[in-house]
Amino acid sequence: MEFLWEGLLSITWQQAVMYVVGAVLIWLAIKKDYEPSLLLPMGFGAILVNLPSSGVLNQVMEGVGETHGIIQWLFEIGIEASEAFPLLLFIGIGAMIDFGPLLSNPKMFLFGAAAQFGIFMTIALATLLGFDIKDAASIGIIGAADGPTSILVSQVLKSNYIGPIAVAAYSYMALVPIIQPLAIKAVTTKKERAIKMDYRPNAVTKTTRILFPIMVTFVAGLVAPASVSLVGFLMFGNLIRECGVLNRLSETAQNDLANLITLLLGITISFSMRADQFVTVQTIMIMALGLVAFVFDTVAGVFFAKILNLFSRTKINPMVGAAGISAFPMSARVVEKMGIAANNQNHLLMHAVGANVSGQIASAVAGGIVLGFFM
Amino acid sequence: MNPEVMANFMEALGIMGKGMLGIFVVIVVIAVLVYLLTKISSRKSS
Repeated sequence: MEFLWEGLLSITWQQAVMYVVGAVLIWLAIKKDYEPSLLLPMGFGAILVNLPSSGVLNQVMEGVGETHGIIQWLFEIGIEASEAFPLLLFIGIGAMIDFGPLLSNPKMFLFGAAAQFGIFMTIALATLLGFDIKDAASIGIIGAADGPTSILVSQVLKSNYIGPIAVAAYSYMALVPIIQPLAIKAVTTKKERAIKMDYRPNAVTKTTRILFPIMVTFVAGLVAPASVSLVGFLMFGNLIRECGVLNRLSETAQNDLANLITLLLGITISFSMRADQFVTVQTIMIMALGLVAFVFDTVAGVFFAKILNLFSRTKINPMVGAAGISAFPMSARVVEKMGIAANNQNHLLMHAVGANVSGQIASAVAGGIVLGFFM
Repeated sequence: MNPEVMANFMEALGIMGKGMLGIFVVIVVIAVLVYLLTKISSRKSS
């Protein structure tokens, strides 16, 4: 009868902590609606992989030999082998993005670049905390504010901390509506937040929309070859959307593909949330560094806008710089809301959306550039 | 400070400088190309 309580008695305290972590992630997903499509599967997966001798992981069975667990298999095939899951998800994301507001107002590109500063600031801070350079780079990429990029970079660099990095990336993306307003208010005055920006977009032709993804792939790929997979798949998705002759594939990419991969990605990532890897002091440090990354992304974008204002006759609302973070569309909505709060005549949404989608490209480029340093 | 930590930090600072420069180079080139593309396209359509 020992088999009835053998499992219960072999639970370690670290595994018990992971049951709580899993429950918290599920609660955040359901009750608070924080990125439920990722946090719920990650939370449930965290419970699955931390049950003693869990069948979702490879096990050695007496008289049978090695048996394969489904979550470990999904991880080895979908992430470890070629980072397939995050890259396939990027096709869906590219198909969802309308780059129109950015193409009609190319100045907004600059904010996407500036708002990646948090990545590199965090890499530097992580080294000061004792992480080696590859782990520091993997942690810093949380500042890309993009789940697939974070997972891909940390996997390619064979970081020991993929689990905490993924949890941090997705949690803070969901917390952008809380983190960004605080960071923006800390570095701007009410007068700056009230700067009005008119929206007079240039017309964007279909030719421009079609050539844009091809052009971006070439430029990014030639300067940062390691970014070709990230940027290339993002732009492939966008080209499917914009070409006008693949509407069914575009719909499939935006809906079925994106949903299917998202469904599998969250539970697959939980493989890296095994207690022996996750319940460590380093996890707490990574969660703190992830927050630092998001804050510095925001602050860098704002300060870049302020610097541009020194040289520009037409003033830019510094909050638009904060929208250069890749968390689309939450960041754009945050800036719009704060703009209205400071000046109810001021609609910053389209400027912020331009900066926000630029951040999507810039974060993929940043991921490739970071990888390039280790090739 | 531990010499290894210092070495990693200096490497991180180098990555910061080159990384931000690389991102800005890519983004500025793309922005300029988009600007030119938009100008050429709108001239053709008018």
